[in-house]
Amino acid sequence: MTGKWPTSRKILLLAPLLLFLGLAYVVPFLGVVRWSFTLPEPGLGQYHALFTDPLVQSVFFRTLRICLIVTAASLTMAYAIAYVWVRGSSVQRMLAEFCILVPFWISVLTRAFGWLAMLSNRGLINTWLQSAGIITEPLALARNEFGVIVGMTHFLIPFAVFPIASAMRSIDERVLLAARGMGASRTRIFWTVFVPLTYGGLIGAALIVFVFALGFFVTPAILGGGRSVMVAELVYLRIFQSPDWGLGAAISVVLVVFIGILLALMRRFIKPAHLVG
Amino acid sequence: MQSSKPGPVILIVATAVALFLLMPLIAVVPVSFTPARFLSMPSGNLSLRHYQALIDNPAWGQSILLSLRIGILSSAIATALATLFGLGIWMFQPRFSALLIGFVLLPLVVPPVVSAMTLYFLMTTLSAFNNWIGYDTWLGVGLAHAVMITPFAVVLILVALYQVDRRIDLAARGLGASLATRAFKVIIPNIKFGIATAALLSFVLSWEEIGVTLFITSVNAITLPRLMWMGLRDNIDPAIAAISVLLILVTAIILGIRIFIERRGAAKSQ
Repeated sequence: MTGKWPTSRKILLLAPLLLFLGLAYVVPFLGVVRWSFTLPEPGLGQYHALFTDPLVQSVFFRTLRICLIVTAASLTMAYAIAYVWVRGSSVQRMLAEFCILVPFWISVLTRAFGWLAMLSNRGLINTWLQSAGIITEPLALARNEFGVIVGMTHFLIPFAVFPIASAMRSIDERVLLAARGMGASRTRIFWTVFVPLTYGGLIGAALIVFVFALGFFVTPAILGGGRSVMVAELVYLRIFQSPDWGLGAAISVVLVVFIGILLALMRRFIKPAHLVG
Repeated sequence: MQSSKPGPVILIVATAVALFLLMPLIAVVPVSFTPARFLSMPSGNLSLRHYQALIDNPAWGQSILLSLRIGILSSAIATALATLFGLGIWMFQPRFSALLIGFVLLPLVVPPVVSAMTLYFLMTTLSAFNNWIGYDTWLGVGLAHAVMITPFAVVLILVALYQVDRRIDLAARGLGASLATRAFKVIIPNIKFGIATAALLSFVLSWEEIGVTLFITSVNAITLPRLMWMGLRDNIDPAIAAISVLLILVTAIILGIRIFIERRGAAKSQ
């Protein structure tokens, strides 16, 4: 099959995209790598700063903490709605699909704004609670870490749903029938048969969500209000507020290396089709 | 089958999740009708002043036109490149397919902020050589968006290709069809719904793109998300609520078209 066509024809089809991404993405990335070693002065200074500067360190730890919380929250929530999407009645399935896909295709800015409309001092929740007389002062729900976690979880749930739902769909119905035939209760079938069969999908989902959460900066920038800076937002701030290109570049390089290792180790759990819904 | 229908507990949890997913989109609607100048829930009387502001301030219209132009350009580039690449992978099954696909998916898995720096580097470098494609130009933004959205187009087109029956291509080959005939007369007609979906969704992704756009524009190429970002950071302008309501409607319509295309595709292939 492969040998029959001259190589030149294969190249005609494959080369344009490879060339395009090579020139417009890989080569410029090497430029960023160079920045990390040359700005403001040649050497490893920026990488040294990365591992010693207490501010950078605290941002790293906050990022890790937020990413773990967001991953756990979005996986749990995604599992419930994926279950209904895969195994519900046809009306339930349609409703679930609608609730998953509509937010997925709405811009990250609109969604972050939506959460401001919900959580800010004069937003929906505080207005309701105040008019109901439950609270007198508005609760601080946005412009802090809580707001960031809520906004990111909302953004990432659909990404967690796709691999989980795909794992649920591939479960052999007969296994569940067998468990039932042997007298297992519904709860027992769910926890000891169904859930373990979806571990692959759960790991894939955790990986996708964690990696995306790590590199996120639009939602934290809007819902964190500068008080809960995460690593990607730090890159943005280092470039646009305190021009420090070298450190921004060095953080970028470390992020790429870290994510590259993570994905290489776990690549069998990820299917590209899960990334686009 | 009965044993695995969703029970009451999971239905309650799933309903809560569904509400969580839709809430922020719904909350935008009342805010857009507030009579106040700041983000707030309207109390009593409603006002259309923030919708009026979208019309009165020419910046909104200009940014919408710019985003449309950039979206069409980048979606066309991405879809064309992704179609060729997908055909190459499907027809030749080259030895390192998985590696090649992994490579073209890079902009999708690399953190957006890193892609943004990378494309900033590209744009400033290009600006040193010409005035047309580079930092803060619409062609530059179109090029950068094409880089970011191509992986999505590739995935969608590969998914469509893997559903094509290989035997029809083998039959065409057996009858002596040339490479071009096989590609254009046999394979592409079979994935045209996949290509249309890829073009549509690539357009939506470019239309919404903000991460990279923030880094490569300043005063000239203000796309719609860029303009929204400026109104969102510090003092929130409720005009953002009005434009958000319109965007949610547009997205819902485009999703409807996508489902329609896919239904037709499914109906035709049966």
